Amino acid sequence: MFKNINKIFAFVLLSLMVFVYACDQTGGQQGKGQSKTLKNTQKKGFVRCGVSQGLPGFSNADASGNWTGVDVDVCRAVAAAVLGDANKVKYTPLSAKERFTALTSGEIDVLSRNTTWTLSRDADIGLTFVGVNFYDGQGFMVRKDSGITSVNDFSDGISACTNIGTTTELNMRDFFNSKNISYEPVAFEKADEVVAAYDSGRCDTYTTDKSGLAAQRTKMTNPDDHMVLPETISKEPLGPVVRQGDSVWEDIVRWSLNVMIEAEEYGITSSNADAMKNSDNPAIKRLVGAEGELGAAFGLDNEWSLRIIKQVGNYGESYKRNIADPGILPDRGPNQLWTKGGILYVPPAR
Amino acid sequence: MNHRTRKFIPQIITLLFIILVFGFFTINAQLNMANRGIDFGYGFLTQESSFDVQFSLIDYDGSHSYARAYFVGLLNTLLVSFIGIIFSTIIGVIVGIARLSPNYLIEKTAAFYVEFFRNIPLLLQIFFWYFAALRALPLPEKTDAFFGVFFLTIKGLFVPAFIWNNLDIFLYSVIAAIISITVIRIYAKNLRENQGKHIPVFSISLAILIILPLLSFLFGGVSLNFEIPVLKQLAKTAFAYEGGVGIPPELIALTLALSLYTATFIAECVRAGIQGVSKGQKEAAASIGLTTNQILKLVIMPQALRIIIPPTTNQYLNLTKNSSLAAAIAYPDLVLVFAGTALMQTGKAIEIVSITMLTYLSISLSISVLMNWYNKKIAIKEK
Repeated sequence: MFKNINKIFAFVLLSLMVFVYACDQTGGQQGKGQSKTLKNTQKKGFVRCGVSQGLPGFSNADASGNWTGVDVDVCRAVAAAVLGDANKVKYTPLSAKERFTALTSGEIDVLSRNTTWTLSRDADIGLTFVGVNFYDGQGFMVRKDSGITSVNDFSDGISACTNIGTTTELNMRDFFNSKNISYEPVAFEKADEVVAAYDSGRCDTYTTDKSGLAAQRTKMTNPDDHMVLPETISKEPLGPVVRQGDSVWEDIVRWSLNVMIEAEEYGITSSNADAMKNSDNPAIKRLVGAEGELGAAFGLDNEWSLRIIKQVGNYGESYKRNIADPGILPDRGPNQLWTKGGILYVPPAR
Repeated sequence: MNHRTRKFIPQIITLLFIILVFGFFTINAQLNMANRGIDFGYGFLTQESSFDVQFSLIDYDGSHSYARAYFVGLLNTLLVSFIGIIFSTIIGVIVGIARLSPNYLIEKTAAFYVEFFRNIPLLLQIFFWYFAALRALPLPEKTDAFFGVFFLTIKGLFVPAFIWNNLDIFLYSVIAAIISITVIRIYAKNLRENQGKHIPVFSISLAILIILPLLSFLFGGVSLNFEIPVLKQLAKTAFAYEGGVGIPPELIALTLALSLYTATFIAECVRAGIQGVSKGQKEAAASIGLTTNQILKLVIMPQALRIIIPPTTNQYLNLTKNSSLAAAIAYPDLVLVFAGTALMQTGKAIEIVSITMLTYLSISLSISVLMNWYNKKIAIKEK
């Protein structure tokens, strides 16, 4: 009897210690000017990055498990900046439903998963959006032989396949309500199941971001039987997200993306980055680390931006490699530099 | 330390420990949420949900609240569980009895069915019915009607809707029939116990159940019309059915998978129950001149049920919980609508998951209570 009591006491004491320790851990505030996430990342030796479960052009794994895509390149840029090697990324494939919980619970440190920046997401749920790496909009895919050539051809009773937990579901409702059309929403948890259901004829139309439609069309049995309608029914600025509360880490991710876009603006590519150190333009010299002390503010060395450009490339290279060359969206549309008629415009890195 | 105190110390320590563990998780969650700027609260339930749901038993669209979306999901979960429990019980009982059949072919077929369906993961079976079996169904414009009014298509099963005139009078007639049947049953029981006379209760009950509602049609002004689904062209090659009642293929696939899977376990419970009644009981009953039907009804089944009910309760609970796999095939159950879409749109993970867990717990406990009550009712009455 007493033996048992001793054991129980020891157990209680132990759990009390764990309790106090945990309170201390979670309650501890980080010091000013240093990033806990950065420190943890450098200690672990890899960036923990949340990506999609397979969206060609954005984040997609090949047969041997190598991830590619414009979203993946953001993770790679962060790894190049803080760890010196763009390959030091641990990817976590997440469904639309899991992504925010994974980020806020600390399972990942960057979420780069074709995620739309909206007010409620930014303000409500402990997230901070750091920028836009792809300007998208929601569209509809239909079968070519259906005779539907515009959203104005939709009529009452149409069934629409989509994903749950996305802005798509909300936009779809707004759209059909504004047109006064009654519709049947068929919402799946995984993109592959949406594709399978639409492909088999369960739904008359498939709606998601237009880039997503273009990418998923390649997965259909006969991609040529399907087409994306010309209309865009919403604004979908997609970008990387970090947890609220670590502003230094937030800045690192934001500027890793901005550097890629600004590098394209100044014509710095992965192949000419080293040579650009001798450029006459101080803006270029700052970007490749030959002038100024841009990294110090984040607690990084001065060549962080040079590494991003050398290892990952500028935004244009990333777009060409991942989206244009595989034929997903050859035309850059709004995702062109502001100097070339697009809307990509980032604050100056100085 | 006297005996009394010694007895209480372990109790107090256990209690403290439980409080400590709960306290730890609560404080941990609070601190982490505060650190990350997430606020806790159930206020979101009254906000407008702004998403639509494919299939709902109550009136719902995106202009209603999250609370109403919760009920939509809950009712859909209850619906599929209810249908699933009924079908799995019917199939289970038939297969369970078939497994004891002296007919070689029937027995082996039943055995094969049980071994096949219970050894394949349920999620795979759901995918099979939804993505393989139902996908083979014809497009709406290419389907042939069953009996001219049922249309089975890739977009679901479309059946005629009932349009009632004076439905209330019809319902009164049904209630009246049920009351009179109850009275007759009590009277028959008294007659049997006091005077040993038998009257054919079943035939009389059936007659009342048919005649009374029939009278309401003839004299009560009750009439029933059918609204038959009609094919509607949406675009050149896109069609849909309008009118009638549409049963979505997601519900069909889920019901099929859940019933066929759970029925295998129920079949085994039934077989065990019947085999658990000793052979002597049957022989003794036969020796006092009971017919085969009477033996089954009066001797075997009452005893077998005592063995069958408790494990079958477990299967009902499993079926209800397994219905949450619905999310994989877009059937809008509680998990898909509330713990899926609503969770994503609000980001209130702890609140929504806790409500969902409590809901499943309540459903399971209710089924449990109901089945325990039934089990007690049929248990041996020791006097």
